[in-house]
Amino acid sequence: MLFRVIAREELKRLFGFLVSAHTVVGPVKAGRDRTGLPLYAFEEVERFEDLSLDYAMTKIPAKRFFLPYREDMAVFEMRKDDWEKKVDYNMGRPRIFFGMHPCDINALNRLDKVLMGETYPMPYYIAKRRNTVIIGIDCTPRPCCFCRSMGADTALHGFDMFLTDIGERYFAEILSDTAFTFLKKISATEPSGEDHVLYKKAAAARNERFVTHVDTTDLMKILDMEFQSDVWKQWGDKCLSCGACSNVCPTCYCYGVEETVDLKLTTARKTKMLYSCNVIDFAEVAGGHNFRPERHIRLKYRYYHKHRGFVEAYEESLCVGCGRCGESCLSGITVPEVIASIRGAL
Amino acid sequence: MNEGLIEFKPVDNKGLGRNAPSAFERTYKAEITSIHQLTPMENLYRMQLIDTAERKGFSFEPGQFVMLELPGIGEAPFSITSSPLRHGDIELCIRKAGNLTNFLSRVGRGTRVGIRGPLGAGFPMEKMHGQDILLIAGGLGLAPLRACISYAQDNRSRFNNVDIIYGAKEPSQFLFTYQYDWWRADDIGLHITVEKPDASWKGPVGMTTNILEQILSSRGSSFHENTYAIVCGPPVMFKFVCSMLTQKNLPMQKMFVSLERRMHCGMGKCCRCNVGSTYTCLKGPVFDYWTVMNLKEAI
Repeated sequence: MLFRVIAREELKRLFGFLVSAHTVVGPVKAGRDRTGLPLYAFEEVERFEDLSLDYAMTKIPAKRFFLPYREDMAVFEMRKDDWEKKVDYNMGRPRIFFGMHPCDINALNRLDKVLMGETYPMPYYIAKRRNTVIIGIDCTPRPCCFCRSMGADTALHGFDMFLTDIGERYFAEILSDTAFTFLKKISATEPSGEDHVLYKKAAAARNERFVTHVDTTDLMKILDMEFQSDVWKQWGDKCLSCGACSNVCPTCYCYGVEETVDLKLTTARKTKMLYSCNVIDFAEVAGGHNFRPERHIRLKYRYYHKHRGFVEAYEESLCVGCGRCGESCLSGITVPEVIASIRGAL
Repeated sequence: MNEGLIEFKPVDNKGLGRNAPSAFERTYKAEITSIHQLTPMENLYRMQLIDTAERKGFSFEPGQFVMLELPGIGEAPFSITSSPLRHGDIELCIRKAGNLTNFLSRVGRGTRVGIRGPLGAGFPMEKMHGQDILLIAGGLGLAPLRACISYAQDNRSRFNNVDIIYGAKEPSQFLFTYQYDWWRADDIGLHITVEKPDASWKGPVGMTTNILEQILSSRGSSFHENTYAIVCGPPVMFKFVCSMLTQKNLPMQKMFVSLERRMHCGMGKCCRCNVGSTYTCLKGPVFDYWTVMNLKEAI
């Protein structure tokens, strides 16, 4: 691993170079919530001043730049007795992500396993993932963050460069040749012994700020044991089946496909829309049979996929512990509480 | 804009077959060559991949399915019901149940449709060579089993006894009635039963389990060693049939079931078909009973 130190002014220059050649996406202030706290979002950014590199967390994760909420998978040109299918992966140019937190980077790494794995790799995702350069940045943990428990508090791969604020300078980890080439445009120096000390201090200070923890010991087995537990019913009674949790989840990738014909009947579109397993018709089949007709069964399934099935397949959870679902839930259902209750600790 | 700092990387097609990214949205164009009404609710559609090379290269196992696409209308999974020997000249037995299938019931011969597949895991027929096979179907569950029956007919000498137990609600709902004599002629035992008989019905009345009980009682003590069972029907049927077979000591790994679930991709991405956390479209739709017993909420 290669390390460099970048002064704040130099980072601004770097941004200038990047934005002059490519689309840059980064965290910006998008508004304020009802208590007056800023709300952040990932948007295309043109000026360095618009970036909020010290952002708390975006409401909506970075996933929409890799798995758009709505995306055309194919267009059909309709003729009288025939049709032609045209497939487009919807990514024509490279893009740079400037300022992604470790949880969101880890979320992409976990999505990679399903969407870029051996079996039926998904070209729509691959096109965007391969053509996005990621500059990660350190975060200040919030009370709802439990990424530490999910092994997602630090990003080990899946980015090009990672920045840690060490006061007047940024400490940069460089993972790709692309990022190394960027640094040739600006002044970036080898870190000194003092920089190492500052980095370790910053990391230790961040560690102390994690207050929410989830006990994942034996969780796979416990979930199987408690499959019939009444606790699920209690959470199900609170759940509104609105799907907000999946909407804001950086790793929820399930979707539905819809086909539509234009008014002239000359083209048809196959559109993929992200969905949620909490929505009532998620597992309903033609003829009306619903394999998961009740709220608690759907809520339970979501936990099983994240914390059991994915672990079984890939030896890590599909949940990165960002806490977005709990913050967005209208009924106040949070992952740490649900898991604690299943473990019998609540 | 400056010249690009970063090079654009197109999606390359490393990997072969289903491991190539281009396989994901690969659609074969097929033409409906005949439509045969089996019952007022179900039609048998025969469709042929238009490209000769694609048609010959299309090979599948009994129990596998395809995603059938009608551009602008939608896409849905259907088990292939024809013999694997016929390659890309496939038959699908489809009930009018939803948007796509109702539209399909109104189209005519010559309609061009899209086929993605074959997908999923089929019945391991080769493993069953040299053994007795019990095929137990309820209602529309006969559709995927018909591919197994065809396989047994095409390879009749490789199996000992082949018996079909098939139940329907009413006599008018029996599928593929025109083939029954043909199956019997190939030395396949066919036992059909209805729940609600009409005036003309002369056969047995009751559930498939009644017939199964009779057959099991006639089988010797080595039944569990020389038999494979294939089951497809409504979820409640799986439970009763499989527990009867288990009581007769048939190992769970010698019973196969085919599950139905909603699917939007057929390739392990959309999650709609997950049972517990297993993708029906990848590990199934055919599972052995041991696997199903270990899947939460499967049956």
